[in-house]
Amino acid sequence: MHNPQLNKNGELQHLLTIEGLPKSIINHILDTASSFVSISDREVKKVPLMRGKSVFNLFFENSTRTRTTFEIASKRLSADVINLNIAASSTAKGESLLDTIDNLAAMHADMFVVRHSQSGAPYLIAKHLNDTKQNHVHVVNAGDGRHAHPTQGLLDMYTIRHYKKDFTNLRVAIVGDILHSRVARSDIHALTTLGVPEVRAIGPHTLLPGGLEQMGVRVFTNIDEGLKDVDVIIMLRLQNERMSGALLPSAGEYFKSYGLTPERLALAKPDAIVMHPGPINRGVEIDSRVADGSQAVILPQVTFGIATRMAVMSILAGTHG
Amino acid sequence: MNSGMKLHIKNGRVIDPANGIDAVQDLFIADGKIAAVGSAPEGFAAERTIDAGGLVVAPGLVDLSARLREPGYEYKATLESEMQAAVQGGVTTLVCPPDTDPVLDEPGLVEMLKHRARILNQANVHPLGALTVGLKGKALTEMAELTEAGCIGFAQAEEPIEDTTVLMRALQYAKTFGYTVWLRPQDPHIGRGGIAHAGPLASRMGLSGVPVMSETIALHTIFELMRATGARVHLCRISSAAALDLIRSAKQEGLPVTCDAGVHHLHMTDADIGFFDSNARLTPPLRSQRDREAIRAALLDGTIDAVCSDHTPVDDDEKLLPFAEASPGATGLELLLSLMLKWAEEQHGQADALPQAIRKITADPARTAGLSAGTLSVGASADVVLFDPRVRWLVAPSALASQGKHTPFLGYELSGQVKATIVAGHLAWER
Repeated sequence: MHNPQLNKNGELQHLLTIEGLPKSIINHILDTASSFVSISDREVKKVPLMRGKSVFNLFFENSTRTRTTFEIASKRLSADVINLNIAASSTAKGESLLDTIDNLAAMHADMFVVRHSQSGAPYLIAKHLNDTKQNHVHVVNAGDGRHAHPTQGLLDMYTIRHYKKDFTNLRVAIVGDILHSRVARSDIHALTTLGVPEVRAIGPHTLLPGGLEQMGVRVFTNIDEGLKDVDVIIMLRLQNERMSGALLPSAGEYFKSYGLTPERLALAKPDAIVMHPGPINRGVEIDSRVADGSQAVILPQVTFGIATRMAVMSILAGTHG
Repeated sequence: MNSGMKLHIKNGRVIDPANGIDAVQDLFIADGKIAAVGSAPEGFAAERTIDAGGLVVAPGLVDLSARLREPGYEYKATLESEMQAAVQGGVTTLVCPPDTDPVLDEPGLVEMLKHRARILNQANVHPLGALTVGLKGKALTEMAELTEAGCIGFAQAEEPIEDTTVLMRALQYAKTFGYTVWLRPQDPHIGRGGIAHAGPLASRMGLSGVPVMSETIALHTIFELMRATGARVHLCRISSAAALDLIRSAKQEGLPVTCDAGVHHLHMTDADIGFFDSNARLTPPLRSQRDREAIRAALLDGTIDAVCSDHTPVDDDEKLLPFAEASPGATGLELLLSLMLKWAEEQHGQADALPQAIRKITADPARTAGLSAGTLSVGASADVVLFDPRVRWLVAPSALASQGKHTPFLGYELSGQVKATIVAGHLAWER
């Protein structure tokens, strides 16, 4: 089966998922990001790599934070950015998803950054562009349903590499709502591709999807056991609507059972880092003393996120369909 | 109509599983009925002779689940387009579920559908009536009236009854008159809103799952109610190995139960979803390889009585959507025969694989549905298909008469081309 995110030469045509992405491409993105990190510290925070290119941020699901990071990344690459919030689902009355895409492509878009509530929506767009011979337009998945959030996965890898240098001797724990998390899925694929020997998932059975073992993950339901001797802890956000109901009885009980407290953090290696894709829920999944503590790298993640997205976009812009 | 035409079909390989025939023989048709197999009846003067050399001559196919989309969904398909698809696929008898708009819960609607189908004079259409009014699972329909109007059984289509008391009453009532209730086992809550087989693949793709237990929990309930009421139940489109194990035991126990499987599930698994291909979005979902192997085995051991096309035309606008938003279903009438031939080809070394494949889409579904069809017995209605099992064809939208152009088999090359379809003695279609 043809992998729709690579072109005939095996180069990155779209970034849709980390699953199946060759290690060499991941490393190339991380290396490129590394060269962009310093740009943000300069007086003039811009490089002309995408001058004259138009990037459309297509957000079918609201996310000010992610949209802003893509906007900043585009601007630092000197691209023109157009933000479109199409919060309604594509089945709502009016223009269909693919009609929207054709219209914007006719305005000479060079890149679509797509956020959608349905898993796989960016694939539909990428396939349509390929089928209609609009291969010069690139798609970046900025989060689709529960499926993938590849730029988040890549910026997480950048952060881990920054602090830990080598992936091949790490224990990484992902804690929380794995079931609904596209971040967890992208992180798992990235970590296993980069050779992390032990990836752990920690959460109650109601928030753990089946089949994690087949993805190369060790599953823990007891957080104290799961955090033992890990090098990296990735906390996941618990969505408000999942805090009480059939998945969990209450936010309070969740924090008691799975919240990251200083006591629990002490079970990990002394130099373990704590990550979170944000926005954080203090007192739900993470104690403020941890979120603000010396081991937290949550804000550096945000900084690295800009560089990582610049890397992805500049690499795609240099690929020809 | 020209149903009185005397037809002589010569030199074909006649396969009639109901009568254990598999031999090169001649077939004679008169007055819309099979007049003779082998040598001509005395004084038979053919008005037309068809040379079926190299072709298989078999009973017209009997499809236990084909959605024609009328009334209500004419933008997806019309009776004209789908009846044409049926005869081009060699299907001469089909059963259609009641989930039209409005649903088939009133005799007038059933009569209208039967009437429209009769005028087209192609395949024989046998509707299933709604088991409950509006398929809402609350009030029973007028089953006796609906039977008089032409319904051959009662179904809930894709709407499981939430209130088990209503399901029990429906079975009791159906039992009273000897009607068969057609149910696709699915729990009304577990797996609701699911779009893919709950398994490692769905987890990976972030698609909400339909667990196998949605099917098995419903089966446990149905079997308990059958034991209590004695009603006869036909189970539609079984998708899992675990469900087949339960059905196998139920049959051994002697419960009056039969079942079918959709032809897609005989060949495909959830892996065929590939990169979110909405053509592979089906109900029930494509399941694991283990489930597929179990379905293939159950076809051989007789646990599965029949294979249906699960023909569900969907228009482009409803498929060109993100996987979860796309309408489920695939076109099937024109693929059923070829996909059964594919199954037969894959039974390597099994000498009677072809007759067995044909049996599962002719005699066995007819028996299951209580229809006098699916056989070439002398005196039976002359519903016949002539096909060349060796001709290969490419599954492409342009090759399909159905208004539904979506199938996970697009781009496949399949064997088996229908050359002629005869319904009640008249040539309904000829290539």
